[in-house]
Amino acid sequence: MKQNEAIIEKINHFLAEEFEAEKEKITPEGNIKEVLELDSLDYIDLVVVIENNFAFKVKPEDFGDIITFHDFYNYVISRVNAKELA
Amino acid sequence: MGIYSCLGKDSGEVRDSLYAGRSGIILDPVRKEMGYRSGLTGFVERPVLKGLLDRRSRIMLPEQGEYAYMATLQALQQAGIEEDYIHKHEIGILYGNDSSAKPVIDATDIMREKKDNMLIGSASVFQTLNSTITMNLSTIFKLKGINLTISAACASGSHAIGLGYHLIKTGLQDCIVTGGAQEINVYSMATFDALSAFSVRESEPQKASRPFDRSRDGLIPSGGGASVILESLESATQRGAAILGEVIGYGFSSNGEHISNPTVSGPVRSLEMALRDAGMSARDIDYINAHATSTPAGDASEAKALCAVFGEANVPVSSTKSMTGHECWMAGASEIVYSVLMMQNNFIAPNINFEHPDEDSAQLNIVKTTTEKNINVFLSNSFGFGGTNSSLVVRKWSK
Repeated sequence: MKQNEAIIEKINHFLAEEFEAEKEKITPEGNIKEVLELDSLDYIDLVVVIENNFAFKVKPEDFGDIITFHDFYNYVISRVNAKELA
Repeated sequence: MGIYSCLGKDSGEVRDSLYAGRSGIILDPVRKEMGYRSGLTGFVERPVLKGLLDRRSRIMLPEQGEYAYMATLQALQQAGIEEDYIHKHEIGILYGNDSSAKPVIDATDIMREKKDNMLIGSASVFQTLNSTITMNLSTIFKLKGINLTISAACASGSHAIGLGYHLIKTGLQDCIVTGGAQEINVYSMATFDALSAFSVRESEPQKASRPFDRSRDGLIPSGGGASVILESLESATQRGAAILGEVIGYGFSSNGEHISNPTVSGPVRSLEMALRDAGMSARDIDYINAHATSTPAGDASEAKALCAVFGEANVPVSSTKSMTGHECWMAGASEIVYSVLMMQNNFIAPNINFEHPDEDSAQLNIVKTTTEKNINVFLSNSFGFGGTNSSLVVRKWSK
């Protein structure tokens, strides 16, 4: 559990840093695309920051099911856990 | 017009440096660590763009794009061109740029290390393309006219202004942002250093750039951004713009010979064409801003060419590269800005470090110290690798 919280904190930190998002606007139910004002190019940078921070490869199509920050946290957490199990 | 260079971050600072004969050259220890034969360089502070530009715009800009942005922001402000006016008119951009070394190297490092090109990120391609400045500035300022980069080595900025002048003259455009920019990071100049083209007078950085002096031993790389807004008289008058000067002549030529060795006949043809286009004779020119970069062969050739065309007219000549170093792709545009500043403020900036002429420069009227003079018409030369030559004639504006 603590590990998941640490992951979420890390994600919020790099989103605020990399995309200059105001931290208070990042809420689990918030729409990630709208809050971070992501365009198609920003998704490439999102792949880069995830890989640099969590060391797993992301396919751009993975973003198809990610709507909210909550979805995004769950995606990263599941990939980190899957990597640890592997 | 706008300027961001080693002589200052705006027109006022640059005017003062020119008047004072102040050098912007330093010795950079990092270059020596990286194996440079010469660690001399112009020093330009990176602008802080946070607060001026959003994240997306900032990450798309390479170093020289930042300088070009600062210069263009100043130029548009000085010209009184605001967002609403840009929105309603087709303003173009023609900008000189001929490299973007650091973003290419950074991307290549990631490619080699990670074997996953996605990790290069989204901004790299927009930084690495040679047209990086025009693609970025046209997007940032929402320009809707011509959108084109001019690459002609060290004559890029001058040709950009010359070609802009023709687009205005033929009525194809009413207003164009022209200029030139030059990166100055440690990666950008290694290939030039490989030619042993740089001065090694490292013990005296500010004395190392000495165009036309007989003890010159090479150029000093430098950089920044310079923007000049060209506009038709009708458009400028209609807007009530403060007109700084009038481009009245553009001459160009190609040497058609060696890729790096200069000739005399190429520049002579460019100079004669510029005078013809301006409808002027050598005696009508009040000041010549020489290309002279402080290389033994280049300065000698230009001195011979200037002597052939202007010899009897004894026109005052100086190379502002004695203070700035060689601003390469930007030089043709920045030297128009420097010369307009002199024209506005009635002085000729000195060719500092010109202590002893050689047999060619002895034939010229080289200005050693700041000289008060009313400049009505000036000519600016720019030459580049491949034998590309450009000469511009600019006249003070009067109704």
